[in-house]
Amino acid sequence: MKRYLIQRFAYAVITLFIIVTATFLLMQLLPGTPYSNAEKLTESQRAILDAKYGLDKPVAIQYLTYIGNLIQGDLGYSFQYQGRTVMSMIGDRIGPSALIGLQGLVFGTIIGLVLGIISALRHNTAVDYVSVTIAVLGMSIPSFVFAALLQYYIGVKLGWLPVALWENYQSTILPSLALSVTVIATVARFIRSEMLEVLGQDYVTTARAKGLNESGVIWKHVIRNALIPVVTMLGPLAVSIMTGTLVIEKIFGVPGLGEQFTLSILVLDYSVIMGITLLYSALFIFVVFVVDVLYGLLDPRIDLKGGSKA
Amino acid sequence: MNKKWVSRFMAPAAAALILAGCNFSGSGDEASGDTEGGSAEGDGSSAQVITLSEGSDIPTMDSTKAHDSIAFNVLNNINEGLYRQNESNEVELAMAEKHDKNEDETVHTFTLREQNWSNGEPVTANDFEYAWKRVMREAGPYNYMLVTAGIKNAEAIMNEEMDAEELGVKAIDEKTLEVTLEAPNPLFETLLAFATFLPQNQAFVEEQGDQYALEAENVLANGPFVFSEWQQEQGWTLEKNEDYWDAENVKLDKAEFVVVKDPQSGANLYETEKVDRVKLTSSLVDQYQDNEGFTNEKASGIVFLRFNHNHEVLSNVNIRRAVNMAIDRDGLTDVILKDGSTPLYGVVPEGYYNSPEGTDYRELNGDINKGTAEEAKEFWEKGLEETGVDSLTVSLNIADTDEMKKVGEYLQAQLEDNLPGFKLELKAVPFAQRLEIEKAIEYDLSLSTWGPDYADPMTYLDMWVDGSSANRMDYSNPKLDELVAEARTDTDLSNRYKTLLEIEKVLLEEDAAVAPLYQRGNTYLTRPSIENLVIHPAGADLSLKWASVK
Repeated sequence: MKRYLIQRFAYAVITLFIIVTATFLLMQLLPGTPYSNAEKLTESQRAILDAKYGLDKPVAIQYLTYIGNLIQGDLGYSFQYQGRTVMSMIGDRIGPSALIGLQGLVFGTIIGLVLGIISALRHNTAVDYVSVTIAVLGMSIPSFVFAALLQYYIGVKLGWLPVALWENYQSTILPSLALSVTVIATVARFIRSEMLEVLGQDYVTTARAKGLNESGVIWKHVIRNALIPVVTMLGPLAVSIMTGTLVIEKIFGVPGLGEQFTLSILVLDYSVIMGITLLYSALFIFVVFVVDVLYGLLDPRIDLKGGSKA
Repeated sequence: MNKKWVSRFMAPAAAALILAGCNFSGSGDEASGDTEGGSAEGDGSSAQVITLSEGSDIPTMDSTKAHDSIAFNVLNNINEGLYRQNESNEVELAMAEKHDKNEDETVHTFTLREQNWSNGEPVTANDFEYAWKRVMREAGPYNYMLVTAGIKNAEAIMNEEMDAEELGVKAIDEKTLEVTLEAPNPLFETLLAFATFLPQNQAFVEEQGDQYALEAENVLANGPFVFSEWQQEQGWTLEKNEDYWDAENVKLDKAEFVVVKDPQSGANLYETEKVDRVKLTSSLVDQYQDNEGFTNEKASGIVFLRFNHNHEVLSNVNIRRAVNMAIDRDGLTDVILKDGSTPLYGVVPEGYYNSPEGTDYRELNGDINKGTAEEAKEFWEKGLEETGVDSLTVSLNIADTDEMKKVGEYLQAQLEDNLPGFKLELKAVPFAQRLEIEKAIEYDLSLSTWGPDYADPMTYLDMWVDGSSANRMDYSNPKLDELVAEARTDTDLSNRYKTLLEIEKVLLEEDAAVAPLYQRGNTYLTRPSIENLVIHPAGADLSLKWASVK
């Protein structure tokens, strides 16, 4: 186990390094400057500013400086928010994104599992059709449409929950619900098709033939096996949903990371682009790792020690 | 590998995330509770509290580094420089009680009034000297404003040929500030109302170090309001400054600002009386234009077409005039944009820049190059004959925003319909690239925008001087250069204004050097109970000093 962890950690560092390098180089290809009043600057003013921020140096030197600072845990300063460190900006914004993301994910997964399992067990009945319809709608209608509908009907018309802004816990409910729609649909669809497949497997027939009662068959054999692909899919979904979603955060005025990332690309806030990319990749790598560990729990055939049991 | 290990590991992570998430603005939330009751309903209590919205957070509260209207708006309301823009957009003495000039108007002496910073320290002449030198030292984004103001040595310091200590500003004593100019400058007072010229308390700034201006408590006020609260990405609160010298004329007790990025959400917040003023986009105009609070406000930004004056056909003045006349601006603003924009036949927009005698610039210069499709066709044929071609295919450099693409498509239709043989190709690129292409003059036509740096027509006129970094089309007319040079140092304001009118005539009547299209506008929903919210054309666009709730 220890060896496996060390190995995974080394891979993670290498992967991050490659991502950082690629992002840094790609960023240099973007046209323009990070100065917000670029339109008004003369060439000589711009040259002076470039020198001040070290942007006049060759890309290789800039890159080495960045990596050097990065190793010391320094992500640099934002251009757009003068004087603010990238670290503090991410720190301020990750909380709200993660909170609504986590709530959306948990709620969505539970509802999705229930819907998916019921519809698989009641295959080709009215219940199944309803749940498949919900899943298809949830997949195909963008979440901002649900966000706008929730905001209008629950916020404006009924006045049950805040329309937008980040004032108290109630403010988190609508954005979380809007986020959960995609999760519900995805999870329901996956678990349904996996269950249907597993239900037709020989070992399920065997279990039934052994005289195991139906709930035992479903819980021990069907659901547990059907969960594996769901877990695979949930990991990356969790990362993308918890690191901020541009549209939902914008609609509900959530002070999160989602919009900051897009904005920093538009205004060429180099250090913020790098910082958020780094965070996103690190989380992604971490979650993929967690998913791998979970496989081992769900399916004893998967062995993390790298032995050849299967 | 066991389950305990996972639960030990995952549970704290999840808990930490949830805890970190509770970054709410309204802890207790009684503040926003009484806001709505008082301001929005107007139920007789008329609490002097309003809630306004901005499209994003404040990039910086350090006046020497501020570079956008959101920061300028806050700074303008919590701080005060030597001059301030008043309700009719003219500058008046503010922190300075008295302003003396020497005979040739190159040495200006300001006497400061008694006013304390919000930490109780007095505002001194040194606060101005320190802040202005700091702008130069830190190479603040608007350091060229000190050059525009003509302050001695500012240009040499900006170009790093001289030390910031050499700047022509000096505290004679605690309350006397002396500013030396390179040459007399009629714009000087106007510029002094700009945020870059605000004072900063040296002891406080140095004590805060790199934390200066990053939180509400790291900022000092000396203006009508104090900056009492600031929540990143969520909003901020201004409260009346009881120690302000003119506090008796400040009626608002509190102004809250919330960050609202989505216009439809903004409108919903307005309808549920959470916010008293929100900006609408054109897609929302139809829905809300019958609302009692709907207002249409002229802005000071302009949108125009640049011609590449090196282009063998576009260098012909008749061709350029034909393009000018072939575009129906009314259709563009009323049918396509519908966002409060208005047609513009000049480079100086309407409604903000009066002559010393009190008449609007646009009224005096009128509509230039406004013509019918027939007239356009006449100039077009004349131009084609002079250049010896029978058709013209050019490309239009545009930024890939919704607004600009709509305008581009409209121009394409108008020009191709009205000018036989004209073919326009649209080249949409990211905003930053549009600018790079313009700077390199690698375009035929470019759809450009310009916003004023200060409240004077000159900010729209001196950019056309030969070699100016904002010219970006190789336009050159010595007559215009001469007129601009003349206006720069002319302290006879009436005469200067005549020169300013003349400059636009040279640019457009003589040369049809650009094709102005429209003056930007904004549409808002504003609670009708709010009075005297003053909108300025340049720098800060909002003053709350005179605002009140009825």
